[in-house]
Amino acid sequence: MSAGASVQSVGDSRLKRTLLQSFLIFVAVAWLVPMAAALLSSFRYFERDTQVNGVFSWPKALTLDNYREAWRVGSIWSHFGKTLFIVLPALLLILLLSSMVAYACARYSWKFNVFFLVLFTAGNLMPQQVIFQPLFRIYKNTPWPDLLSDTDTGSLLGTKVAVILIHVAFQTGFCTFVLSNYMKTIPKELGEAAMMDGASVWRQYWQIIMPLCRPALAALATLEFTWLYNDFFWGSVLLNQGRERPITSSIAVLNGQYASDYNLIAAASMMIALPTLAVYLALQKHFISGLTLGANKG
Amino acid sequence: MSTDIAQAAPRKGRRRRFSQLSRRDRLVLIVMVGIPTFVHIMLVWIPALLTAVLSFFRWDNVRPVNTAEAVGTRNYWEIFTIFDNQLFPAMFNNLLLIVWLSVCSGVGILLAYLLDKNLKGTRVYQSIYYFPVVLSIAVVGFIWKSVMFSREAGLLNIMWPGEPVDFIGDQSKLFEINLPLLDFPLGLSKNFAALLIAMAWRHIGYIMVLYLAGLKSFDPSLREAAAIDGCGEWQAFRRVVFPGLKPINVVVAVITVIEALRAYDIVAALSEPRGTEVMGTLVTNSLMGEGGGYAGRGSAFGMVLFLMCIGFIIWYVINNFREREA
Repeated sequence: MSAGASVQSVGDSRLKRTLLQSFLIFVAVAWLVPMAAALLSSFRYFERDTQVNGVFSWPKALTLDNYREAWRVGSIWSHFGKTLFIVLPALLLILLLSSMVAYACARYSWKFNVFFLVLFTAGNLMPQQVIFQPLFRIYKNTPWPDLLSDTDTGSLLGTKVAVILIHVAFQTGFCTFVLSNYMKTIPKELGEAAMMDGASVWRQYWQIIMPLCRPALAALATLEFTWLYNDFFWGSVLLNQGRERPITSSIAVLNGQYASDYNLIAAASMMIALPTLAVYLALQKHFISGLTLGANKG
Repeated sequence: MSTDIAQAAPRKGRRRRFSQLSRRDRLVLIVMVGIPTFVHIMLVWIPALLTAVLSFFRWDNVRPVNTAEAVGTRNYWEIFTIFDNQLFPAMFNNLLLIVWLSVCSGVGILLAYLLDKNLKGTRVYQSIYYFPVVLSIAVVGFIWKSVMFSREAGLLNIMWPGEPVDFIGDQSKLFEINLPLLDFPLGLSKNFAALLIAMAWRHIGYIMVLYLAGLKSFDPSLREAAAIDGCGEWQAFRRVVFPGLKPINVVVAVITVIEALRAYDIVAALSEPRGTEVMGTLVTNSLMGEGGGYAGRGSAFGMVLFLMCIGFIIWYVINNFREREA
């Protein structure tokens, strides 16, 4: 591209650059408009301001009422807690299980290793609706001690464990794929040297390979955190009691009760979006490298 | 596919590495692969298989499973004849989504290409284009509902030339097609068109980031060679860069199609206004809630969705693992 630029005359390319810059700025502004408008709306009164003057009028007064109201009716705090109890265990299990499969498939040659990778990758792309009905039954018929559940139905259905398990089953596919690509780039000699020293398979995995995979694990953790947090489907079909749902699944309820109070909905959306936006702003680099690791083969 | 692995316990390795290991190490490896595989097969592949089986049964989803009655292909016959007014509009919406998200992917690729020129502020643009991707689709639906779609004040209505439209509720069609065998027209309803725009907001940034990473890893000397040979920018992209990024193209194509076929969240979060049905909501509705209790029919809908997806899944897997083997 630098060669292309040097061929063109300087004036021509400066004009082109200005045009390009203005185009990119235009798109960026267009991208921010819905978010900015929702943010502004969330601080405005609905009935006596937005509804009369329109979303794109200058607000007469600002208020935190929408946030207070959404926080209360949406039980946001309690749903945040429930989300945390699903997302964190699921995240840890996903990284642990997928790194084990990836390690076995990437570092050892045996007959079925490509087959396992295909199995996991293909399973990850399956539409969720196709599997949910039999899964529902399987959960319902799996006894589960009340001691470990908060619903006391005696079965797995309706517990957080049910949601955690399906997240693990699904997301292990993507992470296995990414991690096995990453592990293949680690020189084989490292493992061989350790084996000469008598390190067992588990020790090689836990003390040599895993520490070297830290960048990939960090990238996957940020990516998976948002995916699990943003899950809507499993939270709403597996946890039929609205109180138990994680935050993203719980907003459908708000939409039912407060369908026409747009500013309240905007305030709820902002609160729900905040954790993932914060993670994105803080860990942007990991995000992008996680996606890239998934798309580029190692 | 799922059954033969369940039986095929990892046998003795063909190549030396695995068989060289001690017995204990081998056992450890089998457990390391075995546990995740068990969870994955039990919760993903077995249910998928059971859905296929259920689609040939009639069952009310309440009584014990052994009351299910084998009805052959009757469920399929029903969804294609009696319930064709549910199946085909949903399928058509999914097809529209595939077309639309493909266009969006094109825009994402264009943005990636422009950002790859390393202009001033590229990182800022990149962050801004990408941020909607970290929001859940349900939240995206709510944000757009609250400020873009409303009849009184939404931005879409300010730009819409005609009478104000309720972009959540209005199911009148923007265009319609009459197909020979159907006694109702298929088309794009206004509320679904609005959802398409909201989904573009999220999809474009996603593709942009993926493609930008590909462009950054592309060998610059190839482009210089193309420029020296007198290729224009468009020609160089079409003939050198684009074919050179085939692995990324495959990923982008699969993500686009699978996202389009799996669409569910935004429609369900907005309480499934009429006119916006997709295959995902159709399957879910015949299994639970008010319209529920038709496990057989719901599974048949599910299998149609599965068949729409599986071709792309296989294509992706072949592309990915054939090159790896070579």
